[in-house]
Amino acid sequence: MKKTGWKYLVRFGRPAARIVLAGALICSGFAVSGAERPPATADHSKFEALEGPFENARDVTEACLGCHTEAGKQIRETTHWTWTYEHPETGQTLGKSEVINSFCGMAITNEPRCTSCHVGYGWEDMRQPPPAADNAVDCLVCHDTTGDYWKFPTLAGYPTDKPREWPKGSGDMVQPPDLENIAQHVGASGRANCGSCHFYGGGDDGVKHGDLDSSLVDPPRTLDVHMSPDGLDFACADCHTSWGHQVAGSRYQANAADTLGIDVPGHTDFSRASCQSCHGDSPHPQQKLNDHVDTLACQTCHVPEFARGGVATKMWWDWSTAGRLDENGEPITEYDEHGHPSYLSEKGDFRHGENVVPTYAWFDGTVKYTLVDERLDVDHPPVAINRVEGSPDDPGSRIWPFKVMEGKQPYDTERETLLATHVFGADDTSLWSNFSWPKALKAGSELSGMPFSGNYDFIETTMHWPITHMVPPAEQALDCASCHASNSRLAGLPGIYMPGHNGNLWLDRIGWLLVALTLAGVVLHGLARIVLKGRKSS
Amino acid sequence: MSRVMIYKRFERFWHWFQALLIFSLLFTGFEIHGSYSVLGFGEAARLHTLAAWALIILWLFAIFWHITTGEWRQYIPTKNGLFAVMRYYLIGTFTGEAHPYRKTTRAKHNPLQRLAYLFFKLMITPVIWLSGLLYLFYNDWPATLSGVLALETVALIHTAAAFAMLIFIIAHVYMATMGPKLTSLIKPMVTGYEDLEDSR
Repeated sequence: MKKTGWKYLVRFGRPAARIVLAGALICSGFAVSGAERPPATADHSKFEALEGPFENARDVTEACLGCHTEAGKQIRETTHWTWTYEHPETGQTLGKSEVINSFCGMAITNEPRCTSCHVGYGWEDMRQPPPAADNAVDCLVCHDTTGDYWKFPTLAGYPTDKPREWPKGSGDMVQPPDLENIAQHVGASGRANCGSCHFYGGGDDGVKHGDLDSSLVDPPRTLDVHMSPDGLDFACADCHTSWGHQVAGSRYQANAADTLGIDVPGHTDFSRASCQSCHGDSPHPQQKLNDHVDTLACQTCHVPEFARGGVATKMWWDWSTAGRLDENGEPITEYDEHGHPSYLSEKGDFRHGENVVPTYAWFDGTVKYTLVDERLDVDHPPVAINRVEGSPDDPGSRIWPFKVMEGKQPYDTERETLLATHVFGADDTSLWSNFSWPKALKAGSELSGMPFSGNYDFIETTMHWPITHMVPPAEQALDCASCHASNSRLAGLPGIYMPGHNGNLWLDRIGWLLVALTLAGVVLHGLARIVLKGRKSS
Repeated sequence: MSRVMIYKRFERFWHWFQALLIFSLLFTGFEIHGSYSVLGFGEAARLHTLAAWALIILWLFAIFWHITTGEWRQYIPTKNGLFAVMRYYLIGTFTGEAHPYRKTTRAKHNPLQRLAYLFFKLMITPVIWLSGLLYLFYNDWPATLSGVLALETVALIHTAAAFAMLIFIIAHVYMATMGPKLTSLIKPMVTGYEDLEDSR
């Protein structure tokens, strides 16, 4: 009787447990993918102030500020507005108005193009601070829910007020947005709002970051388990929480190792811009995986490759070849075998990448920049446009994945500094209109007030971009052997001993030699026994 | 001649289960070490840890058994007859001499076996366990330990001990075939019984 009971328990207990487990998983699956947002407490189409008509976008802002009285002031205190950032660790003044990058260089001298992504209207001269008027704040770029609002790329942050051709020479006309309809349909920021600037950094879709491009507007689960409508359908702001319009999460001073764990309201920092703030710091059912969290960032295993959504990212940009024209004096466009531009007379040579395996480095969250007035070590290129700090001995550092942007850009051979480049502008000095580096660099210097000796050359540069988005479902995370193997992703990183990757060559040689000698001894001894036994019996 | 139980039931179970576990540990261990790739690192590491725990539990029982039965005395080293046995394996076995050692239930291992097994039990195994446990619980080392000991040191000691284990196994398996017939020494480890000459 007892035995029968046990038999039944074994026979049915296991499948029953499995069914219960599967059921629990399915139910929890429904629970997460069915998560809805709470209904809004206001229907903006019912507000008189938003009925219009609006002459221009600034009028909409004024209407917004009529109720949201503090929003304009709040925005003007954010990095989104000031484009400056005082780094608490390095003391450097960073931000888009200060740093030089390895894409188009600096925003200054290229204002109407670069400041088209400013969260305001009419910042046409970056030698001045952004316009101070209350109605110069752009509410709609972040809060439009119709998808029809678009800051025209060359109007210093304004949408177009009349039909305009874009891209230049394409014959495609962009219509002015329907401001009344948009104003009546404002709401919380979605992926497309943030993406309208952050997906297009560097001049086009996916160019800059590698883990941010338009494929994240409507990503499949395999691309981003959190942002996919088939997954959790997160908006950027669900992790990049805000506090009076201050958005959490910084690339200049990242939270490389969030040891606070799950953020409990009232107890911690309210910021959800880290994996740990929801998942805690021991999220795996297997303890051995949790043992890795003091060394690895979550992203290192959970973002196995970037630029996975079908949009390529720029990996190499050689400005030194820009300016080559065809026999008719016309600019040239060449494409690689995947259809990505590989040469533009305006910009030089490119290499693009999709499904790119990241580069890994120790990172404590602090990024130090080579600023435009800083003297370079020109004898030892490449020049690091930025450096990520961190080391294996620092308990606050983790191994992080990065996109490493490489290329060549102009520098002053006498002053040995990088140079601001005047690339954009309908004048006779900008590189993109005239294809002349001497003119463009001279104008860059004059317009920005930054010194230039007149002598220039091109130097190889690198720039690190932390990878944190495009997290696929857990089953697509890296397997152990991606690192625990001789051909390891982490090869060359200091301060780690990984079984399967590291070892001692001499220990192995001596070990296997002794094993081989033992085997040989055994075989010889055995053979001798057989031979001599045969002789004896004969 | 009399037929006697020379390896008791627990002893045989211990021996063969330990053999299985050690083979599994060697196979998965050298995969973790990076010598080949069959199961995949993660699976090899999982099975390695599982087998290690099983072996540790088995050993706890075995230690208890050795103490309570007094069988630990079987491993007390002796020089008496050691050289005769060594001479037999080097020369006598080829010239058709008889094995110089007479097995009894109270002294079932010859002097060379005693030394080899004692070395196995007191050197190879403790080193491999201690280094293995340190390896497994590397993340939980107290600061005082991580200040003086590097994971690499532990890993290399563990690897060296694994080589010693592999070499022991090769020699042990071969020498198990050196009875009058190929299987005469292995059979008692399966059935428990061996025909021994009546003790003097």
